[in-house]
Amino acid sequence: MAKRPLKVLIGKPGLDGHDRGAKVVTRALMDAGMEVVYSGLHCSLENLVIMAVDEDVDILGLSLLNGAHVSYSQKIINMLRDRGAEDIAVTVGGNIPLADYEELKKIGVLEVFGNASLSKVVAFFEKEAEKKGH
Amino acid sequence: MSLTDPKLAEQFGEWEKANIVGKVEPATTASGIPVKPLYTPLDFKGDYTDKLGFPGEYPYTRGVYPQMYLSKVWTMRTYSGYATAKETNEYYKQLIKQGVNGLSVAFDLPTQMGYDSDNPDIEDEVGRVGVAIDSLADMELLFDGIPLDKISTSFTINAITPIILAMYVAVGEKQGVPSEKLTGTTQNDILKEYFSRGAYIFPLVPALKMIGDTYEFCSKRVPKYVPVSVCGYHIRETGANAIQEIAYAFLNAMTYIENAVERGLDIDKFAPRISFNLTAHMDFFEEVAKFRAARRIWARILKEQYGAKNPRSWKFLFFAGTGGSTLTAQQPDNNIIRGTLESLAVVLGGCQALSVNTKDEGHAIPTPEAMLIALRTQQIIALESGVTNTVDPLAGSYYVESLTDTLEEKIVAMIDEIQARGGMVKSIEDGYIQRSILREAMKFERDIESGKRIVIGVNSLQIEEKPPIHLHSWDSNTVRDQQQRLAEAKTSRNQTEVNRTLGVLRQAALNGENIMDATLEAVRAYATVGEMTGVLKEVFGTFREPLDIF
Repeated sequence: MAKRPLKVLIGKPGLDGHDRGAKVVTRALMDAGMEVVYSGLHCSLENLVIMAVDEDVDILGLSLLNGAHVSYSQKIINMLRDRGAEDIAVTVGGNIPLADYEELKKIGVLEVFGNASLSKVVAFFEKEAEKKGH
Repeated sequence: MSLTDPKLAEQFGEWEKANIVGKVEPATTASGIPVKPLYTPLDFKGDYTDKLGFPGEYPYTRGVYPQMYLSKVWTMRTYSGYATAKETNEYYKQLIKQGVNGLSVAFDLPTQMGYDSDNPDIEDEVGRVGVAIDSLADMELLFDGIPLDKISTSFTINAITPIILAMYVAVGEKQGVPSEKLTGTTQNDILKEYFSRGAYIFPLVPALKMIGDTYEFCSKRVPKYVPVSVCGYHIRETGANAIQEIAYAFLNAMTYIENAVERGLDIDKFAPRISFNLTAHMDFFEEVAKFRAARRIWARILKEQYGAKNPRSWKFLFFAGTGGSTLTAQQPDNNIIRGTLESLAVVLGGCQALSVNTKDEGHAIPTPEAMLIALRTQQIIALESGVTNTVDPLAGSYYVESLTDTLEEKIVAMIDEIQARGGMVKSIEDGYIQRSILREAMKFERDIESGKRIVIGVNSLQIEEKPPIHLHSWDSNTVRDQQQRLAEAKTSRNQTEVNRTLGVLRQAALNGENIMDATLEAVRAYATVGEMTGVLKEVFGTFREPLDIF
């Protein structure tokens, strides 16, 4: 069977309109051969979870610059679990104080990028694709 | 007028051959303009009076006022606001004691997007990135003990500008300050929200119509107020280069001017009330040249293209903030130096107001300590460095003048290109602007990856670091406090009056009337931001962004 590419949803939950990072990552992952859906701005948490499940993505990459990264990530991970979609991994990028990395990992976030360079982000997704045998 | 000795070209050619050709790699500016290894009088083309003139005279390349900082230095603003109106008010009073002469209000996202703090969908964002304002009661508290006839206030508000403007007028009324005496600015640059800042609510057409309502209201009732501050800042932060920053900001401003003229406002009454909010990034000379070029282009557009007669209409007035996206999370103290260099470019570019980012904004919103360093940066430039002793000190630099000319050409060409493809509104609706900016943002990232662009601490001179210890932290009591204040405001108001005024607002919106009077009535009745925005959403609908931009 032909391998299918890693499928990613880049999501902007909540009200913040900073989408430069989300768009740049979307584009860079597309360039790296992955199948990427971008949610657009102002997504409710629930719509984002529905989108991730409907699109059957491997990873939901959240972009958060609103300061609410811990509570929103927690809620999204819970909602995914409630829908039996705990196999969808969640990553977080954006303006994330280093002090919050550990807490995000603890609640089940697979990886936190914060202000990591684009090449690091792409390399991480490529490694995940390999692991999942895509 | 020619400054050049006929022999100079020949001598320069020889010097270049001996020292430069094949020996050094020519550079480019951050926006990609080729930079020569040396500039000489050969690079100054044209006539002094036509291109530069004197400060305070057309085309204002050297400054909008004759004396510039000789008579008054720029307004020093610090953009701030957090948690609830109570905390922010206390902080503003401290800032005023520290010598700040203009406030700049940061609102939290729910306020900017028209939600009340008790809305469960968004309560996690209450008071996070700015102050939460739900009703006039919060605005009264925000300015408690701050006389609105003495302090000017800039509001970073866009989609719900009519509501915030009405609240400001209503607070003035309570303080006994008539609206005619109020000074300050609402950002009110809705177009850039759709392609760079993201805080839009309504579709473009009704959003533009509401902006027109605020101009009309200000021109009649709040004449000293600047109703629109056109933002290149956010455009740049989204990834645009210096050329796009000015070209898109001017295209937005031109849309607002045309909108105002269509509504019958006199261009010479409206244009002098437009100001710009720009930024400076790290390419020092390109930034200085950009501000100088922008003044010349704006003067020519207003005079030649729109036929404005009042010299005040020709003047490009600007505020600038240092570049948020040039801050690094790594080695945060280095951001103080970046802020200093960028501020100096803004000052040498001839600003009217400046705000300096703080060293910790790569991690979180600022602490008061970091904010004080940022304010001192401006004060040291103003009071110690001597750069204010003469007007436009970089004029006549062969490099700066040549770069000013090149930027002018490129900005004008970009404005023409967008107009030729149907103008700004169409180019936003079909995603053209978003795609163009994304292309530049990708180039920036690729240049950092390849090392073509150096950012210390990010792709060069990295060190092992511990997380910064002291950052602004959000107090989780904020939501509860704010929700309680909102509940109190709702119990103490006259609900019948709220319902009546919201009905009047709905009718005004449906009839296509100016909504400002109705908004002011609803604000006075303590209708909430969420209630008023809800009414307008019912009438106008909401915007969905084009996503086929990749």
